[in-house]
Amino acid sequence: MVQSRDAPAGWGEGGETALNEATGHDVIVLEHVTKRFGDFFAVHDADFAIPHGEFFAMLGPSGCGKTTTLRMIAGFEVPTSGAIRLEGRDVSRVPPYRRNVNTVFQQYALFPHMNVFDNVAFGPRSRKVPEAEIKTRVGEMLEIVRLEGFAQRMPQQLSGGQQQRIALARALVNFPSALLLDEPLGALDLKLRQAMQIELKRIQREVGIAFVFVTHDQEEALTMSDRIAIMNEGWVEQIGRPEEIYHRPETVFVAGFIGQANLWQTTVDAASGDTADVTLGERRITAAISGRSVRRGDPVTFMVRPERVRVSLDEPGNGHQAVACRVVDLVFQGPVVRFALDAAGAEVVAHVGADEQLPLLRPGDAVWASWERDAALLLSGAAADAGDAPTAVGAET
Amino acid sequence: MAAAVGERDATGARRGRFAPYGLLSPGVIWLALFFLVPLASLFQMSLSAKESRFDFSPDFSWKWSNYSDAVSHFSAQFWRSFQYAGAATLLCVAIGYPLAYVIAFRGGRYRNLLLGLVVVPFFTSYLVRTLAWRTILGDDGPIVGLLQNTHVLPENGRLLATGISVVGGLTYNFLPFMVLPVYVALEKIDLTLVDAAKDLYSSGWRAFRKVVLPLSLPGVFAGGLLTFIPAAGDSSTRSSWVAPTTR
Repeated sequence: MVQSRDAPAGWGEGGETALNEATGHDVIVLEHVTKRFGDFFAVHDADFAIPHGEFFAMLGPSGCGKTTTLRMIAGFEVPTSGAIRLEGRDVSRVPPYRRNVNTVFQQYALFPHMNVFDNVAFGPRSRKVPEAEIKTRVGEMLEIVRLEGFAQRMPQQLSGGQQQRIALARALVNFPSALLLDEPLGALDLKLRQAMQIELKRIQREVGIAFVFVTHDQEEALTMSDRIAIMNEGWVEQIGRPEEIYHRPETVFVAGFIGQANLWQTTVDAASGDTADVTLGERRITAAISGRSVRRGDPVTFMVRPERVRVSLDEPGNGHQAVACRVVDLVFQGPVVRFALDAAGAEVVAHVGADEQLPLLRPGDAVWASWERDAALLLSGAAADAGDAPTAVGAET
Repeated sequence: MAAAVGERDATGARRGRFAPYGLLSPGVIWLALFFLVPLASLFQMSLSAKESRFDFSPDFSWKWSNYSDAVSHFSAQFWRSFQYAGAATLLCVAIGYPLAYVIAFRGGRYRNLLLGLVVVPFFTSYLVRTLAWRTILGDDGPIVGLLQNTHVLPENGRLLATGISVVGGLTYNFLPFMVLPVYVALEKIDLTLVDAAKDLYSSGWRAFRKVVLPLSLPGVFAGGLLTFIPAAGDSSTRSSWVAPTTR
């Protein structure tokens, strides 16, 4: 792991290397972790590892199990089965106050009866750190979050963004092995949220430890994370870098949840290795299979992102896959023109760059929708899994 | 139309200026008539002197010595009132705080029911409750008998008419006035604060001491006032009922 030069001394370089040799690459490891509340499975068989220094996001709709997973790492919930390792040590049944991870809570949970200094000093005081050292450490942390001079303020006197930074300082002052953040930006307005995204990323680089971040905001996850775990109904659907998840989703849910996607339900005509043939309209189209493998006759979902779809009057030539459509609607949206097309009953959405030369099209005109071969994917299962419209699924961009 | 709106706004604003006083007036009149006037007449009375024992209307004469007389003649009674009230208040905290804590944090969906149960005995009249206690703790009652037989109390020992029974009675009577404000204070505490304290290496006990207790102190303070003040005033009545001859 690369330790940035200006990180406070508490995470000590020597100790870190020794630790890495002893415990390997990963700071947090979940081994087949399942959490059940009565009959309800909050988390199913979560099995992944988070390396030192990574910015890791758990993303999903509310109720997908992401917060429960975070609370299990923090120690507020005990897994029903499986194990959680922190720097190699099994902590599944260790209470939160004996784990070296700290949490930034959704509403910050600053102690309202203590000033900023006492809030930040709370953790070190619990661990009986000498008061003189606490003073330097708190000062250092307030500097990192850029709130020097706020030590004597009460939390109620601070803005949302400032409270957020104090919550960060209060967690980081303990030099945790990893920082857990539960929707930390959820309570901020849009502009502040965007500023804090950059700020969080800077702080993470500065301190160099793993940040595990729970959010339901896909843009936030894509902007900030090194890797994202997409969760749905207690299952981890896919883990990968933001580009991987966007360009090569492995399930219909992921395709629909991240960005916008055209999703068509169809069945496999023929499958060979990692590609399969399906019929769209009157066309037979070959596309790469992503995620679970499929066989002839299986239901699959054909996916192509709207920005990869071209619209043309003539059928495009080689290397492109194309379906004949009729224009339903077109909307100028500034950077793109959004086309709603109808391909023999299936809705196709295309985002066409405003600079592209297009003939004057009106609803009802016959056009071709086309895309390059590598833009399309076949995903096992039906689009209804995405829990949204059966054809074009648009999460907000 | 615009003019009409403007007119209404103007009258509304004028009316608005006096509205607070209008809303305040019933309370102010009430307090003036039934609190300030009696208080003033009481004060006047306290500085008056009687010519003789049979004089019905004492004459106002700036007799400040009444105060020193009261303190010197009745200091034992004053002192005992405060002692009993103080002891009862402390007992109310000791019993009421854990009770409120359990109802607030462990009561779950039974919270309101449990709170109701705390208050329910107080629908019975004060006199009936006091008389009931006299029967229960009476010299021929079952409890005294049991305690005498087990030699916790001496042969002719009694419970009634002792300091213990007075404090016990006061505690019993004022417990809800402690439980309710403490409950309200505890119930307002965001439990993620406790999670945060535990996350910051505090055991459950330290989290309670550093977070829950300080945040609930306003409730304890309010409960203390609500208990101590009436209890101090009540102990004289109390003595005549529960302990007619406190020894």
